[in-house]
Amino acid sequence: MSLIHTLARLEAVESGRAQPLATVRHRHLAARPLVFVPLTTAGEAGAPLGALVGADRERPRLLLVPQPRDRDLRFAFLSDLAEELLPYVESFADETEPAERAETDPETGKRVKVEVELCADAPQLIVPSLAGIEFVRLLGRSMRFRRTAEQDPDTPYPAPPRVPLLGRWLTHFAERARVPGSALIAAMTELLSRHWATGQSSLEDQHLGALLAWIDPPGEGRDGEGSGAAAALRAETARDEAGQLLCPPAGPATDPAFDNKLLAPAIERYDRARSAVAAAEDGLAADRHLAELTAAEREIAALVESRTRPTWDAVWRGLDLLAALPEGERAAERWTRDRWSYTGHRDRVLAGEPPQPRLDDAVTAANKLATRETAQARLEAQEALDDPLVMAGRRLSGEAFGGEVTEVVMAYTESKRPSPRPLVTLRTDDSPHLAERAKVYRSLAGKPQSAQFVGYDEEGGVVLRILDKMGRGKEPEEGSVPVKGDRITWTLFEHTPRGGPSLPEPEDTPWTHGGPPGEGAQAPDPVTPEDVL
Amino acid sequence: MSEFPDSAVPTAAVPPTDNAARPAPQATALRQRLAELRGPAVPAKALDARALAALAANPGCRRRALLDGAGVDKSALAQALGSPSGFGQSQFALVRGNAFEAKVKADGGAELLRLVHARLGGGPAPASPGPEGGADTAEVHTPDLTAAGPEGRSARTALALRDAAATRAWTLLDHPMLALDVAGSPAFLEPDAVVVHPDGRWTVVEIKSFPMIDGSADEGKVGSAARQAAVYALALQQVAGRLDPAPPVGHEVVLVCPKDFSNQPTAAVVDVRKQLSVTRRQLGRLTRIEDIAAALPEGTTFDVERSPDELGRAVESVPAAYAPECLAACELAFHCRDRSRTEGEVTSLGRSVRGELGALTTVEDVLAAARGEAGDPDDPVVAALRRAAALRAQALEGAACR
Amino acid sequence: MTPDPTRTHRPDAPDDRSPSDGPPSERSPSDRSPFDPSAEAARATAAILHDTLHGEARGVVVDSPPGAGKSTLVVNAALELAAAGRPLMVVAQTNAQVDDLVLRLAEKQPDLPVGRLHSSDADPYDKALDELDHVRKSTKAADLAGLDVVISTAAKWAHVKNVEPWRHAIVDEAYQMRSDALLAVAGLFERALFVGDPGQLDPFSIVGSEQWAGLSYDPSASAVSTLLAHNPTLPQHRLPVSWRLPASAAPLVSDAFYPYTRFRSGTDHGDRSLSFGVPSDGSGPDRVLDEAAASGWGLLELPARHTPRTDPEAVRAVAEVVRRLLDRGGATVSERSPDPAPLTADRIAVGTAHRDQAAAVRAALAELAVTGVTVDTANRLQGREYDVTVVLHPLSGRPDATAFHLETGRLCVLASRHRQACIVVCRAGVAELLDEHPSTEPVQLGVTVKFPDGWEANHAVLSHLAEHRVPYRPQ
Repeated sequence: MSLIHTLARLEAVESGRAQPLATVRHRHLAARPLVFVPLTTAGEAGAPLGALVGADRERPRLLLVPQPRDRDLRFAFLSDLAEELLPYVESFADETEPAERAETDPETGKRVKVEVELCADAPQLIVPSLAGIEFVRLLGRSMRFRRTAEQDPDTPYPAPPRVPLLGRWLTHFAERARVPGSALIAAMTELLSRHWATGQSSLEDQHLGALLAWIDPPGEGRDGEGSGAAAALRAETARDEAGQLLCPPAGPATDPAFDNKLLAPAIERYDRARSAVAAAEDGLAADRHLAELTAAEREIAALVESRTRPTWDAVWRGLDLLAALPEGERAAERWTRDRWSYTGHRDRVLAGEPPQPRLDDAVTAANKLATRETAQARLEAQEALDDPLVMAGRRLSGEAFGGEVTEVVMAYTESKRPSPRPLVTLRTDDSPHLAERAKVYRSLAGKPQSAQFVGYDEEGGVVLRILDKMGRGKEPEEGSVPVKGDRITWTLFEHTPRGGPSLPEPEDTPWTHGGPPGEGAQAPDPVTPEDVL
Repeated sequence: MSEFPDSAVPTAAVPPTDNAARPAPQATALRQRLAELRGPAVPAKALDARALAALAANPGCRRRALLDGAGVDKSALAQALGSPSGFGQSQFALVRGNAFEAKVKADGGAELLRLVHARLGGGPAPASPGPEGGADTAEVHTPDLTAAGPEGRSARTALALRDAAATRAWTLLDHPMLALDVAGSPAFLEPDAVVVHPDGRWTVVEIKSFPMIDGSADEGKVGSAARQAAVYALALQQVAGRLDPAPPVGHEVVLVCPKDFSNQPTAAVVDVRKQLSVTRRQLGRLTRIEDIAAALPEGTTFDVERSPDELGRAVESVPAAYAPECLAACELAFHCRDRSRTEGEVTSLGRSVRGELGALTTVEDVLAAARGEAGDPDDPVVAALRRAAALRAQALEGAACR
Repeated sequence: MTPDPTRTHRPDAPDDRSPSDGPPSERSPSDRSPFDPSAEAARATAAILHDTLHGEARGVVVDSPPGAGKSTLVVNAALELAAAGRPLMVVAQTNAQVDDLVLRLAEKQPDLPVGRLHSSDADPYDKALDELDHVRKSTKAADLAGLDVVISTAAKWAHVKNVEPWRHAIVDEAYQMRSDALLAVAGLFERALFVGDPGQLDPFSIVGSEQWAGLSYDPSASAVSTLLAHNPTLPQHRLPVSWRLPASAAPLVSDAFYPYTRFRSGTDHGDRSLSFGVPSDGSGPDRVLDEAAASGWGLLELPARHTPRTDPEAVRAVAEVVRRLLDRGGATVSERSPDPAPLTADRIAVGTAHRDQAAAVRAALAELAVTGVTVDTANRLQGREYDVTVVLHPLSGRPDATAFHLETGRLCVLASRHRQACIVVCRAGVAELLDEHPSTEPVQLGVTVKFPDGWEANHAVLSHLAEHRVPYRPQ
């Protein structure tokens, strides 16, 4: 943690209120995000208990699995979820704009520009916490290899029609979440803790209720009931007379006390009513038991809603807080990359490609890692350029320096057609880690201008030689060279990091990496009769 | 299933057996002292593998070392102090865990042994249950380990292990009981299973109900399973050490989990050499609880029958090393966090926060240094803090003006 | 374990011994069993060259402990392959390593046609290469086609496309190369010799790569681990003798960092010595110098205190030690020069964990008017060699130990750069820090456990250093 971040946390402790870590919003927020608040069953992998989902803050849809161990009920839930999510996701597919993409021509092997479609906007999924993203990944994995009766009439326990497709989309969202700076899916706790420092640890910041309590406390001051600390403590630990948490965890895991005291008895009543319906000997009895069954289901629904609704509201409150920050200039550029990602997956689905494999092959894994490393470097650079508070951190760590221009001396290259190479001296209080002849960059009308570190003058001023962006003539273009008195920030990091070289195609995987991957068709997970979890 | 606390087995006031290390007189004095700390009428909370594995979670905390060493029920203590831990176990997880373990061990452990053989070998395949075994298979033994009390059970386990060494068969010990010498007292540990291979090797098996999906599992959960398994392996090494020749105890343990989204078991081998050496070292350091106990004021007790005030003072008399990671690992964490925050300790914000703060340890001191109200400007920490504060203020001002 | 000079016993090989049982006992240097280092090393080299030139396998892997003659091996292998008429590409990791290899090749065989493939950045290669008549330099592989040997960095090679594959390659520093970097270049050659030191710093990535943990081709793992996971039958060799590390250092470095692939020093006790013309003034720095001169190791221990990384007292102590090292007229004797050679600034290095520490030490040395001494981080000292090193211990004064500070490779690099003596400057209290370090690491299925781990290695080094401790209370 940088000292600036540490100071912000300490100031939060002192003031009883979270302190800013950013002066702009570093993630794009969609005009119409879809919020998904899932709950899962303890001890089971991918056995949802229920969820609130929707793009309308006032009217979330409650989805439910009254008996999480029942496969049919689980499928019904997933089918409902597909019905909510897929129309939203697909609603961005049709409106496109023309764009260009570089592709390798299969004939010549050359890079050529290709005209393609780019979706004008993209869906955005918001979940409460990182565990929510992991749950999305898990759901995606559990669904994408399922077979529907239409795909395979002989499949045992066929999945409802749109469930495998939902699995592919959720997998795509979860995979995209691993790309630094992406916003196709976001966890509210991550969004908030990127922009505010609380007076607690980052581990405790994983609790959405406590995090919000710090950012938007009910009162003022370090101590007292209204402070962020007191409100966060209440959110974490306060329980009612029955021993239930007042602020339920944001999920997908539930509180054991809720499971044991409320949910388990309710599910038991549901099970009892269901067996009674099945065992009913006459219509009258069946009706009576059916009424019991409905009541039991309604009870579970009320329980699930009572544990998800506070989180639902908290997520929207978080969105309000974030929306109040102006969006960073370069966040839009990253959102365009999210749109590319969305468009790409749309195309793969349309082209009838199979679901994402269980494991990446060597080339895909290496490509993903390279993409993410570039994205990370780009994100760090863009955030610093967009936000003086982030830049302050880079200056403190010696990766950037700011100051006033004290002298500009014109100089030229020694070629036949001399080009300008002016020497600029900067007075700075920062201590950048400048190696001999290090390259540094500044933003000139949004484009990076580079310079070379020449040395220090007698007063300790940094002397730089400007290298580019001065036009084609002998004399630099107007405004392209700093003048005395200008205040400039230079960075030691590049502003637009490039990706590395292209890797071989998967079918050309070399012997060192096991050769080309086999044609391993991604078979569905085997289902067994006893797979009633 | 060892994910859950073993049923409490009282270990106080039992005579040492041949299996457990015989305590020296010094150790007896210590046990007496620890019993006083616990309260005269309170039986010691049994140290299970989870508690022993957790010794490495925060080895710098004297408070935890002493309370665990004395067998104090930290959960009850936290309740009495007014900061209950909030740890709990969902019955859904419990039911699922037990059902899975039962499935893995069904049919005389046939599936479990198949998995152990497939992952680690160590002899011909185990014969399938039933009267006739195949030609190139080895017999399977599942000795009865029932006996009275933990000492009886651990003695029975030791016997079964000794017998197994001679058979050149597969032996599955279902919930054996192992005694481990912990700072002079025996702790009784109950692994899910121990397998003796036909080649004589002993292997610890851990059965967990979290899934292995496409060959990988939650790394945090695997980590704690590995630390727990290392404790069992260490106890097994003690048992093996009493045999001549000592059978090898594998440092590779077998972790059995549900495969993907099913209830079918699958297994992975986990190398616990590192966890073994850490646990061994931490157990060795446990002897220092004697020094910690000696430094306490006369009459200190953690008996939960005492008043919260008195208990609070007793707890305060042992220094803690609170860090946010404690919240997931120690029943007393909420109490210690409260104290740490009241004292303004910067570690309550995370261990890493201290990294750049040198000798400054409190929120007030750091802020005072940053604001130029205290501290030597030539101290690089103070200088860096002031620089950080100036840069931060400058950036925020600039943003406010825009 | 029976020592076998050519066959590597890999750390992941089954071994029922747990690390704290101590490393497998081997012949200790005091043991009078006949050990002829030159013969052992020659035997290993011959086997490596035989497998490389005449073997059937597509790859040969050579583990080389610190100072075991890795560069010499690479140069010899390159020359032999060239002599056999096999076009060769050489992959190194940094431009400095590439230029160094070119210079060594030219020194050994000045008329060998060598191509230096370089980037189009400013100053892409060492200007000294311009002096070499038979070295051609270009940014395009096509310009260098047909030369006996073409050398470049992995990063530059990755851009080379659509060329006829080379019959042979040498991959240098292969343990510091990431698996994905090998993936990018492996299509360029048919077979290869992989050489590197498994004990140095592992490659890393700036983003998480947990999702591929345990996969044989995890792109963030080292190139060698991927190579061997897919080709487990490749011949593996190791160089058994360190010519750099003195007899006082090889056993410790071998025990602490290479417990399953042990090596020996090429020289014996008494073959080398460090002495001073000016007697000790009794100060801490002088006493630790005398201790290091006598035993090869010295620990200058400052009082326990939590400090920032750039602990002014520790930094100052490092600088004082270097100043006295020069002032006292140090002289070294070694198998290279039986007559005492003056210990000059260029034969001394200071090693730190962080860049800001290096900067602080440089400033402190400047204050004491010391010039010409190398001061760098462990990362940058990899592969370098000096007579005497002064190390600021990575854990000195820290309130907490992090994975970075505990990394085995970092300590290994710092403790294995010297030919004569290594002096460690450290605050007291590191042993307690290690003992109180929480051990709650996550475990990923299928990932080979790296041995020894940093915690263990730090304990081993520390307990050895404790025998050479000089307490020092700076004024």
